[in-house]
Parts: sequence; structure tokens; C-alpha cells
Amino acid sequence: MSNSLKFRSVVVLLCLLLSFFAIAPTLMRDSLPQWWNDSFSPIQLGLDLQGGMHLVLGVDVDKAVESRIDTIIDQTETELREKDIIFKRLERRQGDRLVVLVYDDEEGAKVDTLMSDGYPSLEAETFTGAGGYIEKHFRLSDSEIENIKDYAVRQALETMRNRIDQFGVSEPTLQRQSGNRILIQLPGVEDPDRAIALLGKTARLEFKMVDETANPQDAVAGKLTPGTQLLYERNVNKATGAETETPLVVVDKTVLTGDLLSDANVRIDTRFNEPYVSIEFNAVGAKRFDQITASNVGKRMAIVLDDTIYSAPVIRERIAGGSAQISGSFTSQEATDLAIILRAGSLPAPVRIMENRTVGPSLGHDSIAKGIKSIWVGALLVVLAMVVYYQLSGIVAVVALTLNILFISAMLSLFGATLTLPGLAGVVLTIGMAVDANVLIFERIREEVRLGRAAKLALESGYSKAFMTIIDANMTTLLAALVLFQFGTGPVRGFAVTLSIGIIASLFTAIFVSRVIFDLFLKGREVKRLSI
Amino acid sequence: MQLIKPDINIDFVGKRQIALIVSLALILVGFASLLLNGGPNYGIDFAGGTLVQVKFEKTTDAATIKESLAGLELGSPVVQSFGDNQNEFLIRVEQASGELKGLSVQIQNALEQTYEKGHVEIRRVEMVGPQVGKDLRNKGLKALFYAMLGLLVYISWRFEFRFAIGAIVALFHDVMITLGAFSLFGKEIDLPIIAAFLAIIGYSLNDTIIVYDRIRENSGKHNKESFPFVVNRSINETLSRTLLTSGTTLLVVLALFVLGGGVIHNFAFAMLVGVLVGTYSSIFVASPVLIFWQQKLDKKSA
Repeated sequence: MSNSLKFRSVVVLLCLLLSFFAIAPTLMRDSLPQWWNDSFSPIQLGLDLQGGMHLVLGVDVDKAVESRIDTIIDQTETELREKDIIFKRLERRQGDRLVVLVYDDEEGAKVDTLMSDGYPSLEAETFTGAGGYIEKHFRLSDSEIENIKDYAVRQALETMRNRIDQFGVSEPTLQRQSGNRILIQLPGVEDPDRAIALLGKTARLEFKMVDETANPQDAVAGKLTPGTQLLYERNVNKATGAETETPLVVVDKTVLTGDLLSDANVRIDTRFNEPYVSIEFNAVGAKRFDQITASNVGKRMAIVLDDTIYSAPVIRERIAGGSAQISGSFTSQEATDLAIILRAGSLPAPVRIMENRTVGPSLGHDSIAKGIKSIWVGALLVVLAMVVYYQLSGIVAVVALTLNILFISAMLSLFGATLTLPGLAGVVLTIGMAVDANVLIFERIREEVRLGRAAKLALESGYSKAFMTIIDANMTTLLAALVLFQFGTGPVRGFAVTLSIGIIASLFTAIFVSRVIFDLFLKGREVKRLSI
Repeated sequence: MQLIKPDINIDFVGKRQIALIVSLALILVGFASLLLNGGPNYGIDFAGGTLVQVKFEKTTDAATIKESLAGLELGSPVVQSFGDNQNEFLIRVEQASGELKGLSVQIQNALEQTYEKGHVEIRRVEMVGPQVGKDLRNKGLKALFYAMLGLLVYISWRFEFRFAIGAIVALFHDVMITLGAFSLFGKEIDLPIIAAFLAIIGYSLNDTIIVYDRIRENSGKHNKESFPFVVNRSINETLSRTLLTSGTTLLVVLALFVLGGGVIHNFAFAMLVGVLVGTYSSIFVASPVLIFWQQKLDKKSA
């Protein structure tokens, strides 16, 4: 046997061996030794095949900027009062600026000093407003706004990761995307709606005092005294499960927020056998909670989550120690999720769902079954066509095709690529197109045979003449696949992957492997006529 | 076995006027359909909206489903049966709600009122917001554009520019006819269809290149013959391969079309049309354009 042929046969055998090792975990994971499964992972299935959820959430970063301004306004108001600076009003305008209205230049200068000391990053401007007031504008610089937005998205991503970790989904993917978007993939998630609620809830927990002097009915009619706001308390009728809402007027100013929590857990109220969430404040929060409860005994404090009042208990006595409870006729699942959300922290800004693709596991199984059936039937038809048309040489092509499918699967597993439904279609398509290279070679060989060349020579020149044609022809499809990979997303990308892998595998099998088979067959034999 | 005799000599080039009429007719029919329908029929990937696939315990019909959804303000939902069974349906709504409590929950609740709890299985939900839809549409168009550009460059490099022109004309031809067929058969254009278009482009070009390669080879061999003769001869010489490869590809695409299931159905349909048209175009479009271009060049230099 010539050295070259020996070498080529060894290459083919090695590829076969590697493929076998790579594919085995996909086919029979359970009956393999540990080291095998550790070194080769099974083919990863896309969400459309294994079932799961693909979510793109948009973070409303403008809200994060607004809430930063609101925080500065709160702090500034306190400082202005402490320093006895006389001002008419403090407000947020256009989302990104804070305006202080003062009566004269003297006070204005004091405001300027205060602000430039406290918030050097704010850009100041002065206008003379309507009615002779002086308007002091303080605007966040563009770079500061960018920072806040960027931080909001990062923070949201981090919080969502915490929530998902506590929810318990295996192998979740969370990624930041351009345009303040967050991509989340949850394979095999069983209750998609619960997952969305858990991920997307802003979970801004606030404690506000109830304004007992106000009449909620007046507020509903639109009459609100300044400094108060109208919120609704959520009630659940235990017998029917129906939700109702009761209006309640609370003082605008938040006395305490959920940022100061250190822990949250589900407990069961033994009197009513009803779950509630017990929360623990950190040292700062505990102290403040102590002060607030001490000075408000007998009043009601509303526990507000995302602008909905969960409960508004009367403060019976001063509460030291920093623990409180949120009850609100929860189901045990609601209570669990609320505790998770509170532990993981709130989102810095609300989010919206921009894209949601959820596939149930049963549909995924159907798709796999149908995809594999199409591969089998398609391959069988191609095999028949090749054998009928090219006889013995057709069998060589069939062997090449079989190896092709084997190599594609192996490469999917080795590269850690994800197999999707369009990806399966790509495999089917490759099967049809893979024989093309063999057809090109065989047709060339037939031409050479017709010219009266002997078997070996015909084979030789058939392969060499077809070679560049095959490369050129396949490059175009490969090019299209690469472009698709660049611009495609999700399942479609899977198509680009299998198509590219398929082309590479088919080039190898059709040009290299089939030649080795022919050469092995012709070795030491005087074959006059090829069966082609 | 041989389907095509080695000495076959069909006058393909001579029939290029007829081919031109056929191609134009196909494109025009597609165009007319597109015009009548007010542009391509975009699926939710590109138009935005919500799609819910529901499987029922018992068979039912679209009218009953629509009735049970009447209470929700969904605009005019489109309800289609999915697959062969009358117990699986697709409900498509134009709205895409960004709210956390999505439309699918509302739809499920409404259906459970009519069909009892536990008898309704939501198998798939796809919600694409308008912004994402726009992004995906841009990305899809960009993909098609860059693929064409890349191929133009590749063929110009490997062959000559005139070959590239012929190939690109053939590609436009294929994509337009497939697009027309989609409109004519009322099928929706979704993300996987863009993938199919790119695969068609790759496939059709594959075919075209085989013929071109032969033309290039034969141009050297038969330099006394006229260019149209060389082209026609090259088409004939590669005919056997063209038919066999198209045949095997059609077989697998057909398998996918019949057996692949509803989710992949439109994709397979696009491929089916694309492979047929792509094979036709590499013989009847790409090569005649090449001849046309050559004749123009000859006239200029004369």
C-alpha cells in the first residue's frame, strides 16, 4: 500500500473515532463512564426544540434618570430647609433637570453654592422666570446621564440574575444587548408567566403614611391636597379568588424604602393559616423604622409595592429590632415569589417585554421527532437515487453521505453549537446538497471513461478536474451561510451553523473520504471498467 | 443508469426569448399579487404582534375560538388551523403588549371559559414588539444585501465581472419569484424565510457556477466557435449533473415539506420554490444574461 493512501486512511479512521466519541454522549449518556461524559458534551438543543423561553426585556432607562433627579430633589429640599434658604418651589422638569425657584439673587447665590458643593456634576443655568422669580436650573451632564443609564441596565441584569438563581432554572442565559435590552433564555421553564412576573417586577418597596384626614372618595373624583397621592389597596376574596381594589390616600413622601432590607422570608400565619412575608431591615433601616413607628403610633402605614398597597396596618406600638411583615392575602406561591424578589432587590427602572418566544416542551418534542423523520426519509430517498443512478460508485457516495451526517453531528457537539429547528432543516438540506460534490466528480469520471481512459486514470482526472468547481460552488453557499450567521438571531442562526458545518463536512467526505474508498478498492486490482 | 445521453444537444440558448417571457410572466404575476395585497405578507417577526399556538383536547373550529375570544379587545384576531388535525390552532393578534401580564394569559383564560380548564394547552407563544420587529426587518434586509454583495465580489474575483452580473440577475430573479409565490399562496414571511432566501441564493448560485465553470473551461477549448455556441454546449454538458443534484435536493426538501411539521412548513415551501426556480434560472437566466452582456461588449468594441 502506498504511503499516501495509508496516511489518508488513518486520517479517515481518526476522524471516525473522534466522531464516535463526540456523539456517544448525545445518544446514550447514561450508559457511559464518567470521564467520557466529562470530556464530551451532548449536542445542545435550542429553545425551540427542548422548550423554554426567550425573552428580550427593555429597561426604561429614562425612568432611572428621572428617579435619580427625584432623589437629588429629596435631599436638596432637606438641605435647603436645614440651611434656612428661602425658596418657593423645587421640581423636576423634562426628565433630566431640577429647578429651584427663588425670590431674589441673594438666595439664588446660596442655592448655587449649595448645589456646586453637593453635586459638582450638575450643570447650572439661571433664568428669570414668569412672575419675577429666578429659576435655578440644574441639569445632569450628558456623560452623567449615560452613566446612570448604563448603570441601570447593569443593575437590572444583576438583579434579574439574582432572582433567576433563587427561582431555580437550570442553565439560564442572561445577556446585555445594545439599546438597553436584556436577553434572557430560560430552557425548560415550566411556568412562563410566573417567570415573567418574577423577572419583570420592578419590586420598588416603599413605606408611606396614610393621610387619615383625606377622603379617598374625593381623591378618586380628582380632589387631592398637595403632597398626597392616591393609591389602591389590593384585596383578594379568599372564597372566589377575585381581586378588588380600595382607594387610599397616602402622604407623598416615602418614609422608608426596600433598599434597606437585609432579608425576606415566607412565614405562615398560624391563626388564619395564611402565608405572609417577613422582612428584616439592616442596621440603618432598623433604626429608621424604630423612629418612624415611635412617632406614628396609632396611625396607619401603607406598605406599597410598585404603587400598589399590599396592606396598611395600624402601628400599635414602637417597633424596635427591625423586622416587619407584609401580609396581603397571598397564595403561597405569590408569597414565595415576593420573598425572592425582595431578597434579590428591586430593579432600578421598570422594564417592558420587547420580545417573548415561548415553546412548550411537547411542541419541542414534536418538532424533533418530525425533523428526524424528515432527515431519515430524505436521506433514504437520496440513497436510492444515488445507488440506482451510479450503481457501485453510488454506494461510495452513500457511505460518504452517512459519514457526512456523522461528522455534522460530531462537529455540532465538539463546537458546542446549538441545534435548532431551522438547524435540523439545514441538516436535511445539506443531505440533498452534499451528494452534489460526488455527482460532479462522478459525472467527470463518466466523461473521462467515455474518452476511453482506464479506471484509475479516469478516477484521477475526474477528481482533479472537479475539485476547483466544487470549491467554487460550495464557497457561495458557505458565504451566504456566514452572512446569515452574522445577521441572524436565535433559531435562524442555528440554520447558518448547520449549513456551514454541513458544507465543510460534505467537502471533506465527498472529496477526501470517497477518494480513499475508491483507492482502497482499486488497490492492487486491475479494474478495467468502473461501476459508475 | 443515464437519464441524459452524453451527446445530448438541446438548443437552450435559442429558446432564451421564450425563457425571458416565462420569467417576466412569473415575476409579473408575483408582483401583481404583491401589489394587490399591499406589499409582502409579513409574519409577526417583522410586523410585530402576538402569535399563540393552542392545542385543544377535542376538535373544534376557528369560528368557536373567535367567539370565545370576542370578550377580549384583540382587534381582529386571525385564527388558523395548524397541521392536519382540527384540534390545533394558531391565533395571531396584531397587538404586542409589553405588559408583564401578557396577551397569552388573557387568551388562555378566555379559552378555558369555553373549553374547560385543562383542556387547553398553550404550546407556543411568540410576541414581538414593534421595535424588535423593525430591527429584525432591518437585519434581514441587511443580510440579503451583504450576501449579494459578497457573492458579487467572490464571483468577480473567481470569474469575471460579466459572470457576476449574470449570476446576480439570476439571484434577483429567484428571490422575486419566490417572494411572489409567497404572496400568491398567502404565506407569511418570517425570520426563517429570510434564512430560506439566503439558502436559495447560495443554492442557485451553486448551480450557476457549475455552468459558468464549464463555460470558462470550454471557452479555452473551442475558441473558434461563437460564444452562444460555447454557452449552449456547456449547459448541455452539465445538464446531467444539474438535474441529478436538483433532483436529490428536491427530494429532501419535499420530505421536509411533507413531514417536517407546521413550524417549518413555510420554510420548506420557500426552499421548494427556490430550488425549482434556481435550477431553471441557472440555465435560462444566468447564461443568457452572460451572452447578452458579451454581445453588448462586442458591439462596443466593433
